[in-house]
Amino acid sequence: MSLWLIPLIPFLAAVLPPLTIRSGRTVCAVTTGLATLLAMVLLLSHAPAVYRGEIVQARLDWLPQIGLSFSFFLDGLGLFFGALILGIGLLVIVYARFYLSRNDPMGRFYAYLLLFQGAMVGVVVSDNILLLLVFWELTSLTSFLLIGYWRHLPEARQGARMALVVTGGGGLLLIAGMLMLGQIAGSYELSEILQRGDLIKASPLYLPMLLLVLGGAFTKSAQFPFHFWLPHAMAAPTPVSAYLHSATMVKAGVFLLARLWPVLAGTDAWFLIVAPVGLVTMLVAAWIAIFKDDLKGLLAFSTVSHLGLMTMLLGFGTPMAAVAAVFHILNHATFKAALFMGAGIIDHETGTRDIRRLGGLLTLMPITATLVLIASASMAGIAPLNGFLSKEMMLEQALQTSYAGIPWLFPVMVGLATLFSVAYSVRLAVRVFFGPKRHDYPAHPHDPPAGMWLPVAVLVVLVVAIGLLPALIAGPIVARTALAVIGGPLPSYYLAIWHGVTPALLVSIAALIAGTALFLAYGRVDAIRLGLPRPDAKTLFDRVVDRAVTAASGLIARSHTGSLQLYFAIILGAVLVLAAGGFWTASHGAGARATLPVSFPAVVAWLALVVASLAAALRHHDRVFALVLTSVVGLVVSLAFLQFSAPDLALTQISVDVVTTVLLLLALNLLPKTTPRDIGGMVRWRDAGIAALAGLGIAALAYGVMTRGYETISTYHLEQSKPGGGGTNVVNVILVDFRGFDTFGEIIVLGIAALAIYALLDHPFGRASARRLASIRSAEEARDAHPLMLVVATRALLPLALTVGAYIFLRGHNLPGGGFIAGLVVAMALIMQYMASGYVWAHDRARIDPRAMIGAGIVIAGLTGMGSWLFGRPFLTSSYDYFSLPLVGEFELATAMAFDLGVFLTVVGAVLMSLAQISRVQQRAERSPVTDHPMDIVLDAKTAVVKEV
Amino acid sequence: MELLVASATGVMTAVGIYLLLRARTFPVIIGLTFLSYAVNLFLFAMGRLGINQPPIFGAQATGYADPLPQALVLTAIVISFGMTALIVVLALRGFLESGSDAVDLAAPEEGGPAAAGAHGDTARRPS
Repeated sequence: MSLWLIPLIPFLAAVLPPLTIRSGRTVCAVTTGLATLLAMVLLLSHAPAVYRGEIVQARLDWLPQIGLSFSFFLDGLGLFFGALILGIGLLVIVYARFYLSRNDPMGRFYAYLLLFQGAMVGVVVSDNILLLLVFWELTSLTSFLLIGYWRHLPEARQGARMALVVTGGGGLLLIAGMLMLGQIAGSYELSEILQRGDLIKASPLYLPMLLLVLGGAFTKSAQFPFHFWLPHAMAAPTPVSAYLHSATMVKAGVFLLARLWPVLAGTDAWFLIVAPVGLVTMLVAAWIAIFKDDLKGLLAFSTVSHLGLMTMLLGFGTPMAAVAAVFHILNHATFKAALFMGAGIIDHETGTRDIRRLGGLLTLMPITATLVLIASASMAGIAPLNGFLSKEMMLEQALQTSYAGIPWLFPVMVGLATLFSVAYSVRLAVRVFFGPKRHDYPAHPHDPPAGMWLPVAVLVVLVVAIGLLPALIAGPIVARTALAVIGGPLPSYYLAIWHGVTPALLVSIAALIAGTALFLAYGRVDAIRLGLPRPDAKTLFDRVVDRAVTAASGLIARSHTGSLQLYFAIILGAVLVLAAGGFWTASHGAGARATLPVSFPAVVAWLALVVASLAAALRHHDRVFALVLTSVVGLVVSLAFLQFSAPDLALTQISVDVVTTVLLLLALNLLPKTTPRDIGGMVRWRDAGIAALAGLGIAALAYGVMTRGYETISTYHLEQSKPGGGGTNVVNVILVDFRGFDTFGEIIVLGIAALAIYALLDHPFGRASARRLASIRSAEEARDAHPLMLVVATRALLPLALTVGAYIFLRGHNLPGGGFIAGLVVAMALIMQYMASGYVWAHDRARIDPRAMIGAGIVIAGLTGMGSWLFGRPFLTSSYDYFSLPLVGEFELATAMAFDLGVFLTVVGAVLMSLAQISRVQQRAERSPVTDHPMDIVLDAKTAVVKEV
Repeated sequence: MELLVASATGVMTAVGIYLLLRARTFPVIIGLTFLSYAVNLFLFAMGRLGINQPPIFGAQATGYADPLPQALVLTAIVISFGMTALIVVLALRGFLESGSDAVDLAAPEEGGPAAAGAHGDTARRPS
């Protein structure tokens, strides 16, 4: 089960470097290295099993519904790549410790590196291809972070962005391709997909799927014409280049081709696409590399060229070519990572990586020079180094390949590419290390500390050892890995330096001579090159990106106008279209349920409602008038509730209407009284059309439902209301008992809304809004702001209203009423005091803060609910009993009543708070002085004290 | 009767949506009120219509209306008040801060506050 730990360890360990960096850079590097080492040890602990021919698997379900699971498997190929990633990772970690300067945030660097490592290991050990895609995207993201590590450098940012765009875009193609692959194979598990090669190759979707998968692989592995991002990614610190851009990430594409080789390769399409793409990449990149003056740029194009070589070998589709590809992956990883690190050392010590400014370093930096010279000899393919061996195998395969009926095409091209690679290798070696010593190096070159050259030395030792004893050192690895790639029996081959005088050897020797000649004739060749057209990929890329950005901005400018009405109209239109679709595909006649006979008062009420509604729509510019019409409609709705056996609803509706009307009137006092007519006729007709269609749909739906019978779930509530809840008003019992938890939530929402209102209006008004408030003051207002009649009436009504509220509250359990309605009634009675005598006067006399009321209400309701816990019952279980008192007689007490009290208090508090807060704002705008008296007519002139606000 | 209720629901929905599509806050609030009426009535009607059958136990009751939609609508009415109040206050504060009661506060520097302020001033004169 430790398999899934292998990719997990680097991810988890990524938090450590930023923490341990406080204890010093060495501690930081050591922690990072230990995490990598741990993952490596875990990985290698599976090696014996893998080399016995087993496939190690581990599985953890993630989203089984869509076929996504944390399933990992380890075979020869996964082990090979995993060991490569972790092994070179370890060397890079050591190297980076000495490479990075004191000013570089090392914790961040190692954190990114570990994240990348985890993602990369995840890619190579994933069994589930959806999981593989997740890791694949993670490698793109983390490499973005690593390339852009020196974020102050513009080229680093640009290079990072370009790499992300290209590899991320390829990732999108790969997602589509992998989904198709999973659909074709009927499984998202690689271990099963790999068994179904024939099914996949026979599928009609094979070609589109292949193209999409190749899109992902080619972008990642920088194949032509997507090769341009890799050289720009060289803006990254050299350890990153050595790790990502030579040994690991760019090989992910090659890995994918190798991984899917058994199910994708072997068809004409595969050969016709993959082999020439690899060939062209190999040739073009090698040609460009010759003329690069930047050491890392040269190595970058050389890497692209070698990736092309591997792609081409896999593209041949023959088992022997696959073996050669595997061998070359191993060899390239060793010598190229060594070269990158060597280039980093040269840069580090001399202060430049420009070949034109270097030379004569052989005696100045003898250790580095030896190591780099050996590695570049391997790159050039010189015996007896490992680069020579795999190049010979490649040449042998290429010489046998005939493409599109042209037998000489591949041999010639590959020969040329080999020649070029000799030329750039020689150029690198000679121009950096040989020639006269110079006196104008930016720094004083000398060999670096051992920590920097030791990792290079480890790799170079491998380069030599594999070259001398290939069968002993690399033989088993290549065999096991190739077995996993091919998925069948291995071809017969043997790894050795000397195969006799073969055509491949002759080509090699010719390339060596011609390549050296090319180097010697560098000046003339360069002149020829400068005469040729050289399309700059970066310019093209930037132009494409610019166009895409312009197009996107144009589209956004047109679709995101900032008009909420337009968005809303579009949403409504979409809903209408969907609903219409549903409407036409279903039966839509009226049902057979018997309808109620129409009564004359009902028609009158209906007419009032329709006329008032339409008038409100047409005359909404006059806001007060529209408000009056709204109240009319509300009244008819409450009458409808009353008519159709819902007395509780009627009571609630009418009280809420009163409260809402008061609220809107208060707001209207501060808002403009009319709506300007600034919407065009076309828009009005469009809105009217949408509204009419929506209304028609709702009406038809309501009618269709009402004329059909149905099964209700309320039978239970009706039956249990009296025996279970102790009340005869079923609606109230549902509210406070059966669905008490809903009600509890609702009063909390109400309380939050009221507190939000408080927060919005209590916040002091800024300069502009204070000025606006002041301008409202100057408006005319009624002469008697606090009329005598109103004051007297509200005072007289207050005790009466409170009594009515108490009555409605108490009877609520058995008859229409209850906490909601009682709360609204009491709140209205209190609000009337504010309206009659002004905010300040009423506020000074209010004993209880509405905020406290809201809080108390919610607490009481909550405590009542929790009370049932004391008796071992669930939250909000209610109980009731009957008691008798003299005079009053027998009466019922239910715990639900306490809950209802909480509802009552919350409603009173919330309503009071919203209305009082608005009237408070208004009070700030009032010009008239606040008196100490309830009304403007002062009864006792002596006590009249007039205060300015 | 069912036809009357259904058509009334439809009319209120249409008016509500039309007003919600206006460009100023107050019509939008009124539209929201209309839409609440329509939705509440619609939900209530899902329990079907019955006359003289309140869901209250009594000796002479002939039958009971469906209490569940009624209970749901009752809380919905109260909550819709809370929502209206909050939106009114948002509109109010927005108007006071920006000087415009337009729903979209787009490009206030392009004559927005001045134009809206002019509307506001002329509008505030009592007619």
